[in-house]
Amino acid sequence: MKFNRKRFYLAAVPIFFLVPLILNPYWVDVLNSIGLYALLGLSLNLIVGYAGLFNLGHAAFYAVGAYTSAILNTTYHIPILLLLPVAGLAAGIFALIVARPIIHLRGDYLCIVTIGVGEIVRIALINDVFGITGGANGIFGIARPRIFGMVIRTPHQFFYLIWLFVAITVFLFYRLEDSRVGRALNYIREDEVAAEACGINVAHYKLISFVVGATWAGMAGNIFAAKMTIISPESFSFWESVLMFTLIILGGAGSIEGVLLGAFLIIGLPEIFRELSNARMLFFGAAMIAMMIFRPEGLIPPVPKKYRVFSGTDRGETT
Amino acid sequence: MLESDAASEAEAALFLRCYGRGLMAEFLQQFVNGLAVGGIYALIALGYTMVYGVLKLINFAHGDLFTIGAYLGLTLLTSFGLADRVGPGVAVLLLVVMVMGFVAVIGIILERVAYRPLRNSPRLSAVVSALGASIFFQNAVMLIYGARFRVYPQNLLPKISLNLLGIYIPLVKILVLVVCVIMMVGLYLFIQRTTIGTAIRAAAIDQEAARLVGINVDGVITLVFIIGPALGGLAGLMVGILYGQIKFTMGWIYGLKAFTAAILGGIGNIPGAMLGGLILGVVEALGSAYISIAWKDAIAFCVLILILVVKPTGLLGERVAEKV
Amino acid sequence: MALLSVQRLTKSFGGLLAVHNVSFDVFSGEIVGIIGPNGAGKTTVFNLITGIYKPDQGEIVFDQHSIVGKAPHDIVKLGIARTFQTIRLFSNLSVLENVMAGAHCRMSSGVLGAMLRLPGQRREEREKIEEAMELLGLVGLQDFYDYLAGSLSYGNQRLLEIARALATHPRLLILDEPAGGMNERETEELIKLIGKIRDKGVTVLLIEHDMNVVMKICERIVVLEYGSTIAEGTPEEIQSNPKVIEAYLGTDEDE
Repeated sequence: MKFNRKRFYLAAVPIFFLVPLILNPYWVDVLNSIGLYALLGLSLNLIVGYAGLFNLGHAAFYAVGAYTSAILNTTYHIPILLLLPVAGLAAGIFALIVARPIIHLRGDYLCIVTIGVGEIVRIALINDVFGITGGANGIFGIARPRIFGMVIRTPHQFFYLIWLFVAITVFLFYRLEDSRVGRALNYIREDEVAAEACGINVAHYKLISFVVGATWAGMAGNIFAAKMTIISPESFSFWESVLMFTLIILGGAGSIEGVLLGAFLIIGLPEIFRELSNARMLFFGAAMIAMMIFRPEGLIPPVPKKYRVFSGTDRGETT
Repeated sequence: MLESDAASEAEAALFLRCYGRGLMAEFLQQFVNGLAVGGIYALIALGYTMVYGVLKLINFAHGDLFTIGAYLGLTLLTSFGLADRVGPGVAVLLLVVMVMGFVAVIGIILERVAYRPLRNSPRLSAVVSALGASIFFQNAVMLIYGARFRVYPQNLLPKISLNLLGIYIPLVKILVLVVCVIMMVGLYLFIQRTTIGTAIRAAAIDQEAARLVGINVDGVITLVFIIGPALGGLAGLMVGILYGQIKFTMGWIYGLKAFTAAILGGIGNIPGAMLGGLILGVVEALGSAYISIAWKDAIAFCVLILILVVKPTGLLGERVAEKV
Repeated sequence: MALLSVQRLTKSFGGLLAVHNVSFDVFSGEIVGIIGPNGAGKTTVFNLITGIYKPDQGEIVFDQHSIVGKAPHDIVKLGIARTFQTIRLFSNLSVLENVMAGAHCRMSSGVLGAMLRLPGQRREEREKIEEAMELLGLVGLQDFYDYLAGSLSYGNQRLLEIARALATHPRLLILDEPAGGMNERETEELIKLIGKIRDKGVTVLLIEHDMNVVMKICERIVVLEYGSTIAEGTPEEIQSNPKVIEAYLGTDEDE
């Protein structure tokens, strides 16, 4: 579909940022959830969409970020927002350690191992590993973010915090997509052997996708911790990983717009159909099967990049 | 002096013998526990390994077929009152047959609806579809039976324990183990000695080539989706009988462990799945007894990751040709 | 001093001895051809040189450094690029992006550079895009730059693979059956192209079944059969070599 990205965002973003003014807190909170899942989806998209690696344990990185923030904040009273980069760093380092030995595994095997990692993290959290995770009850009393003395507490306030972060992420990720790193990940997804034969260090870039993806998920975890003020292992289950994974696939793996749409649908639709809440998971599962049969590339698949080229005397320019 | 030394020595020796025997008995107890649970893992693992061998697909919904088997047994026993109608002995036999048959049918439907249309699609599509099927089944079970634990009637089998080698083994566990072994041996003979079994092995090695020599690959796939789910359903029934309690999420944890067992033995390798299941069961039982029960589940995952990093082809080797 | 020296190369797969004691040199500026019947081990030799396989025995020396055991991407950085016998393009990406894949190893910007659009990164992108267009011009595909690679004709896909390999700035270009599937006119263009590539200072080593191509452009030829070298020499010498004739009776072009 002919889609002028710049115009779309220029029009949609201001409208979107005004929407909370007319919604009640419940729906603003839904939008906040969508925002968090958008962040998670975008971060996982680097791994699944660009590099083409099956990661079904992304919630582990989310958890590392959230718990790092929660523990440091409740123990040392460091302002939660200051811990945002720390959370990201912790998750990134964790990803580096965990992914390094498994990065060369074939698709299905990698998938299973990521599930295993996610489960081990969750079990470790429940078992209060190192005595700092609070066990099954988790950690409570996490501070609210403060910006210039103002405490961010209401859903409306969190809306702007979360979606500002989403906007920055989208901006940076578009740039990443259209760069040497982004291209390398695409080449790896398309044909690993050929990519290696072109001089691309495949293992290195796969790791990069994991580390950058994990870093962003960790930061999302920080915001989540600040918003909920209580975190527990339940929020980081395999089901969460499946949710993130699915929203990417359904929306369109590899396309930022697709991931955003996916987040809206996956989180928003069940909210709209709350009455059917019990049966909605049934529909969810059936929808996944149906999508794969009828539209596997997702609702908004990525489009090939257009380049501006200057060929000889013909200074042709394409958008 | 000498007398009391000798006496205390004899005492010490007796104490050590009893303690040692106690230790030994404890160990054997856990070992047998592990074998029983391992047999169940093995049955489920066979389903994963057969499907993976032929379709190169991880059937995420397989664990839920196991769950369906358990719940179906529950329905037959409670709502249908099977045991009361025909007596415990016959009831067990009927249970086995009906559960296996029903779950097999669901397996066939699963293959037709969720996997066959995606035969020529990229792997990712089949993975997502499998996940979707798993979600569907799991939630269907939850909707029908509720989210809480359900209890199996306990009067089905005599609650006697046999005394072997100084340890007490419940009859139920022995029966479970025996059934598992019978099924595994039967499947092994079927795969190795019959024409159809050879057809399955051929299709697992190279589907295209198997087609070209006239093997009905679609039929083979359907057969695999009969045998695998049937065994999985049986495993579910046995878990219900053995442990008395079932929950709609059980497919998840058993499924993942069974998959670990399949990988441990070498995915696609049928004897491997059997071996892997038994080993995993024993390691888990010993681990939870001697290390910590809280980390029991983590043991399976650690084993999984360890294998995949160190020797991904598993103990008996992957029966899948690697394309260079 | 040879640019590439392959010495006593041996490789088995299970029980199959694919390459046995193969030795030959390639000197800077040459165009060398490797020929032999199917299954002679030619592509295996290429895979050994480019690091996809590790030899069981033997030595591979490039620019006076041993490259045995190096990862394929490092070997590319050292200056050896290749094309594949079965074309391995990124079919769902554009023609230009395919060439840019080759440029990757000659660029240096990373995640931060990308996100922050540092001046160095922007300059690098511009330069490499221009260079990629030039390479497409060299192979004659500049008008197709934004087509999907998979939509090109077979012959053009082969040319694209060559452009992509050239983008890595190789000293040695290894071509695996570059004329495969090409008609006569395309083959003539290919011969001219290889000549142009050599004139740019790139040494060429190629596998080819099309004797027309081999005899016209190769200065030296190495003949393999069943994994071993059976002859080496100029085209004239090879054409009259009885062992070669026996093993490999010229080729009739299959339509």
